[in-house]
Amino acid sequence: MKTENQRAWFFVLPVLFLVAFNALVPMMTVVNYSVQETFGNNQFFWQGLDWFEQILRSDRFQAALGRQFLFTGIILAIEVPLGIIIALSMPRKGFWVPVCLVLMALPMLIPWNVVGAMWNIFALPKIGMLGYFMNDVLGVNYDMTQDPLAAWITIIVMDVWHWTSLVVLLCYAGLVSIPDAYYQAAKIDGASAWSVFRYIQLPKMKTVLTIAILLRFMDSFNIYTEPFVLTGGGPGNSTTLLSIDLVKIALGQFDLGPAAAMSLIYFAITLLVSWVFYVVMTKDDQ
Amino acid sequence: MAEIKLSNLKHSYFPAPKGPDDFALKEIDVTWRDGGAYALLGPSGCGKSTLLNIISGLLTPSEGRVLFGDQDVTELEPDKRNIAQVFQFPVIYDTMTVRQNLAFPLKNRGVDEATIARRVAEIAEMLDVTEMLDTRAAGLSPDNKQKISMGRGLVRDDVNVVMFDEPLTVIDPHLKWKLRSKLKELHQRIAVTMIYVTHDQTEALTFADEVVVMQDGVVVQIGTPVELFERPQHTFVGHFIGSPGMNILPCEARGDHASFAGHSVNLEGPVQGAGGSTELGIRPEYVSVADQGVPATVTKVSDVGRHFVIDAMVGETRLKVVSEHSAPEQGSAVHLAFRPDQTRVYRDGWIATEARS
Repeated sequence: MKTENQRAWFFVLPVLFLVAFNALVPMMTVVNYSVQETFGNNQFFWQGLDWFEQILRSDRFQAALGRQFLFTGIILAIEVPLGIIIALSMPRKGFWVPVCLVLMALPMLIPWNVVGAMWNIFALPKIGMLGYFMNDVLGVNYDMTQDPLAAWITIIVMDVWHWTSLVVLLCYAGLVSIPDAYYQAAKIDGASAWSVFRYIQLPKMKTVLTIAILLRFMDSFNIYTEPFVLTGGGPGNSTTLLSIDLVKIALGQFDLGPAAAMSLIYFAITLLVSWVFYVVMTKDDQ
Repeated sequence: MAEIKLSNLKHSYFPAPKGPDDFALKEIDVTWRDGGAYALLGPSGCGKSTLLNIISGLLTPSEGRVLFGDQDVTELEPDKRNIAQVFQFPVIYDTMTVRQNLAFPLKNRGVDEATIARRVAEIAEMLDVTEMLDTRAAGLSPDNKQKISMGRGLVRDDVNVVMFDEPLTVIDPHLKWKLRSKLKELHQRIAVTMIYVTHDQTEALTFADEVVVMQDGVVVQIGTPVELFERPQHTFVGHFIGSPGMNILPCEARGDHASFAGHSVNLEGPVQGAGGSTELGIRPEYVSVADQGVPATVTKVSDVGRHFVIDAMVGETRLKVVSEHSAPEQGSAVHLAFRPDQTRVYRDGWIATEARS
C-alpha cells in the first residue's frame, strides 16, 4: 500500500514563496490594473475586458507590434547565420582561442544604456564618427534623427553588434564539443564541407542553437533601453517598439489600465511565440 | 586492394623534434599482406593510433613513405586512399536513418542509386541491421551504432583496408564477443585487409592472424598469437602478453646456462653477444614446483578457477608460477624447476638465446 505523506508540501513552500514574491504577486497587480479604471485617489472601477479590446483594436498597438516583429525578424535573420559563420571560423585550439572569446564577450559586458549612448554619439551626423564618415566622406545622406530608414539601420546594426556574440559563444560551445573522430570519419567518407556542416556541425549545435534563438527572440522582442537611448522611438514613431510604446502609455500618459492590459498581451505573445519556436525546433527529438 | 607497406616511418607531433623522445613513432617498417587480419597491440600512448592515422591519411608522417601496392600515398588525402576507419566512439550521422548512413560514403563518391541500394542491402544483411534500416540512427544502442560505423566502411567494395581503432571500448562486455566474432566472420566473407588497434590482448589474439606489438613508438614483434606467446622477442612482449605475464628475472649469462640467485639454470640454447644487462625470461606456465631446483618461499596462492597462480620469492625477486592441479601452502618453502626449452635470456630487453632445433 502507498503511504501518503503530506509533509512533502513543506519542502516546496520556500520555492512557492520565492515564485510568489518575484513573479505571481507583481503579475497579479498587473492583472488587477488591467481589468479596472483607476483614479488618483485610489478609486477603482470594474472595466472587465474593455482595455484588452481597446488595445487590440488600436492602430497604434498594431503598428508597434508590427514594428516589433519586423525588428525581431530582421535581427534574428542576421544574427543567427552570422553567429554560426563566426563560430565556425573561430579557432578550436591554441593561443587565439581566449583572445577570440574575450573579444566576442566584450560587447555583452557593456551596460545596455551605455550601448545606446555610445551608438547615439557614434551615429550622430557632424559629431559622430559614423555620422561624419557617412555624410562627409562617403557623401551618403545619413541622419537617424530625421530619416526613419537610417534610424532602423542604426538600431539593427547596434543590436547585431551587441548580441551576435551570444549566438557565437553558444554555437562555439556546441562546436568544440564535437569529437575529432566525427571530422575524421567524414573525411574518410568523402563528405564535402557543406555535408560536414549539414550532417555533423548543425545537428550537434542544434540544442545550443535552440537556446540561442529563444534567448535572442525574447530579448529582442522585449528590447527597450538601447533603442530608447538611441532614437527615443523616433523620428516620429518609426522606431517605437512595443516596450517603448508601453512605457509611453504607462508612465507618459499614466493610463495604467490600458498599459496593464497591453503588458499582459505583450507577455502572452512572447510566451506563445517562444513556445512555438521551442516545439518546432525540438519536434525531431522525440 | 593491395599490400600496404610502411617504410622508414617516423612521426613527431613537434614541428622541430630534438631527440628520439620527441617522436611518437621512431622507426617503423611493416608490410601488411592483402587480405590479412592484423591486430596492432600495445599499451596506451605507444603510438598505435598515430600509426593508424598515418595509414588512413589523417596524419602525414614526418619521415618515411606509405605505399599501397606500387602507389605512394604518403601525401594523399584520406578520401582518395580507399580506406575505411572505425573509431573508438561510434561515429554516426544523427539526423540520418541507418540506410542513409550506410549510403553516405557511396553517395559522396557519386555511385549510382541502383548500386547504392544493392550494396546497402548486402551490408545490412551481413551486419544483421536490415530491420532497422529505416529508423533514425541517433536512437540506436552503442553496439548497433558501432555496427553502422563499421558498415559505412565496408559498404564500399574498393576499400584497401578497414581499420578499427579500439572499436569495442564503449560496448557492453556481453556484446563485445558477439561483435568481435561478427568482425571475424566479416573478414572471412569479404577478405579485405583489416587492422585492429587495441590494448587488450584477448581482443588482439582472438581477432588477428598476425599481431603487431608496439611499445614506445617501436614495433617490438610481429607474429602469430602462438609465436608471441611461445617465443617473445622482447621482454615487453613476454610481459604484456599472457596472464600473468612472463617472469623477467635478473641473471648472469654463462654460455648455455644462466645463473639466477646463485643457482645454475639451463637455457633453451647458447647465449649470443656480450655486455648489456641480462635477464632471464620464463612464462609462469613453465615454472613448476619440484623436489629440487631453485629454493623459494610461497607468499600468495590465488585460485583463479582453471589453475592456481602462485606468488613466490626467490631471495629478493618475486616470480609467478602457474600450477594446474595443486598448490603448496602459503608460507611454505619449495623448490622451483624451470623447463629448459622455455627458458631464455634477454639482453637489454631483446632475446639473446638461440633455440636448439
